Formats: sequence, structure tokens, C-alpha cells
Amino acid sequence: MTGKFDVHVLINHWDRFLEGFIHTVESSIIALIGSFILGTLIAIMHISPYKPLNWLGTVYVEFIRNIPLLLVVFFFFLGLPSLGIPLDGFTSGTLGLMVYTAAFIAECIRAGIQTVPSGQTEAARATGLTYVQTMLHIVLPQAIKIVLPSISNQFINLVKNSSILAVVAGLDLMYYADLISADTFLPLTVYTFVALFYLVLTLPLSMGVHYMERRFSSADH
Amino acid sequence: MDFAGAYSWPNLSFILQGFGVTLIVAALSIVLSFVLGTILGILRYTRIPFLARLLAVIIDLIRNLPLLLIIYFIYIALPQIGIKLTPFWSAIAGLTLFEGAMISEIVRGGLASVDRGQIEAARSSGLGYIQTMRYIILPQALRRMMPPLVSQFISLLKDTSLAIVISLPEIMHNVQILQGHSLNYVIPALLMAALLFFAVNYTLSVIARKLEARRV
Repeated sequence: MTGKFDVHVLINHWDRFLEGFIHTVESSIIALIGSFILGTLIAIMHISPYKPLNWLGTVYVEFIRNIPLLLVVFFFFLGLPSLGIPLDGFTSGTLGLMVYTAAFIAECIRAGIQTVPSGQTEAARATGLTYVQTMLHIVLPQAIKIVLPSISNQFINLVKNSSILAVVAGLDLMYYADLISADTFLPLTVYTFVALFYLVLTLPLSMGVHYMERRFSSADH
Repeated sequence: MDFAGAYSWPNLSFILQGFGVTLIVAALSIVLSFVLGTILGILRYTRIPFLARLLAVIIDLIRNLPLLLIIYFIYIALPQIGIKLTPFWSAIAGLTLFEGAMISEIVRGGLASVDRGQIEAARSSGLGYIQTMRYIILPQALRRMMPPLVSQFISLLKDTSLAIVISLPEIMHNVQILQGHSLNYVIPALLMAALLFFAVNYTLSVIARKLEARRV
């Protein structure tokens, strides 16, 4: 095994591993916040009684969910520069993740909103709250609590999907792994460590989701 | 933006060729990952003491890794221990492994949703274990598994584009090459790729919804 697996790679290239890891976390968190806001807006559009908004929400969700993430990222990384708007890899990758994940989060939230009894909306409206107030203070808090496990699942996907940044030189973990692997000629070692870095992020999240799902389902029965 | 240039026959056929590779890789991976996922799902369902636990850990690890990393690992790192695969087979191996792990969870869930009392009833009426699985449990489980399975296959088709990192000549790879010819081709080429993916996946998701509606 000598020469094939070398633990020193981690120590010697620690700074670049860390740099990539931090960018991966950064991109995931920014994209999560962005896609949560965008996804909530789209979910509200999707269920709104106002036809054009409703249509726009449906088209967004159906279109984005059926095309690859890479295509969305390429729109920002290759498409916008061709129109004279240059974006770097990190920015276009993170924007792509945001726009893509928003479609999935919108579906989660829409499903959540539908579980809130319509009597609550009617009661809120009857007491004088506006539509926006009703949504913001009555419906959404309940809906989001219900779909928290599925939104957390989307966050796990987001962390994994952030590896797409490497395709557009987005300075993430996979991107730096490529550089380190080219320097050391030890891809087996480098990518095993990279896998561990990803697991450090995704495994605790998965366990959290598991715990939430179990607690929620036992609260139901 | 130059739609006429981007959709001239040489360029259009180049994009379509790429989509052909995408479809072939996806189709092979769907078949292989379904076989792998079914075997793993059944093995986990049987609760064989040591094996079921071990499989659970391995499947969880795979499911929590980026597919991009898995594909890249197979293509770049495995040659170091003597396993050399072409980009075509690296992509299929990566997709099969990752989606197979995902599908095994769907299969296990589907099997678990069939009441265990049915096994006992089937066994006590004289059917063997294999017969019970084959005629009683699997048909019911398969019906419940269809909608999530189709969603997983839609993901698989989209994920095929990740093989761009190992230079598989699939559609996104070809779109990127067209960008090298002219910046004006980028948006039209991306649009064409989006429409192709959308057409196939939307059809699949309509089928999935039909299946789901029939179940209720």
C-alpha cells in the first residue's frame, strides 16, 4: 500500500483542504438561505388564487425540477457572460444552487401549507388580518414546522450538490482536491479525505433529519 | 445570441449526439441500479444479523456523499489500485452505485410497508419463503414503490450530466464545446439542452403521477 495511501497529504496540504471546505460550507449556507426565501415566495405564488402568479409558480417548479443542476449553473457561468455579465465560479455556482434548490423547497413548503386547515386562514382573515399577514404570522410558521424534516433533507442535498462548484472552478472542496491530487499524484488518498470532509457535514445532518422524522411521526400517533 | 447558427445542422446534431450518450448512459444505469437496489433492499429487509447492519452502514455512507465525488473517485482514484475504467463505464459505475443505494432504501421502504402478517399468513398456508416474496409481498410492494422509483430515475437522468467532470461526451459536455466556437451559441444551446431534458423528464413525471393517482 505504500505510495498509494499517504496520511501526510492531509497535513501537508491542510490549508488548501480547509480553504475548500470553508467555501463548500459558505456556498451551501448562502444557497440555503437564498433558496429558502425564493422557495417560500414561489410556494405562495403556486397556491395563490391569482392566475398569472399561480401559473408562474407552477412553471418555475416544473421546469427547474426537470432539468439538471449543471444546466442552471451553466446559465450563470456561461450564459450570462455571453450577454456581457461576467460572474466568477463561486458566485455562479452558488446562484445556480439557489435557483435549483428553491424549486424543491417550494414544493416542500406548498405541501406544508396544504396541511394547515383552511379554517385557520378564514379565522385570521375574519379577525381583520390581511392576506400577507395571515400567511406570515398564521399559515407559514405552522407549515414550515411540519415540513422541517424535508427542508433539512434539501439542505443535505445542497451540501452534496455544492460539489458542482468544482465544474466551474468555484474554489470548493472538490476543486482544491483536484489541485492537490495533481500535485501529489495520490488521488486515492486525496479523495478519501475529501469524502471524509463531506461526511463530517452530511452525516450529522442526516442523523438530525432521522431524529426529527421519528419525533414528528411519534407525535402524530 | 445566434439561434440560426447554434441550430444549424452540424451544431444541432452535435447537441443531439450528446443527448444520445446521456440517454444511453442513463438507460444502462437505470437497469443496473434497479437490479442492485432491489438486491440490496431485499437483503436489508430480511434482517440477516450481521449482513443487514453492514449494508445499512455502507448504503448510508454512499447516500451521504456527492455523486460527483463518487464518479470522479472511480475514474481518477481507482486506477491507483489497478481498476481502470473508461469515462463511459466510470459514469455508469458511479451512477449505479449511488442511485442503487438510493433505490435500495425505496425497495426496503416498499417491502416494509406490506404488513408482516401477510408473510405469516402466506407461510402458514404452505408457501415457501421465495414463493411468499414472489407472489405475495413483491407485487404489492412494487406498486407502492413505483412513484418514488420514477422520481429517482428522473434524478438519475439529470445526474448523468455530472459525468462532464470525466469528459464523457454527453450533452452538457458538448454544449460547453459549442461555447468555445462562439459565445453567441451559449444561450441557444443551453435552451435546447433544457428542452430535451424537460421533455423526457416531464413525460416521466406525468407517468409517475398517473401511477400515484391509481394507487389512491
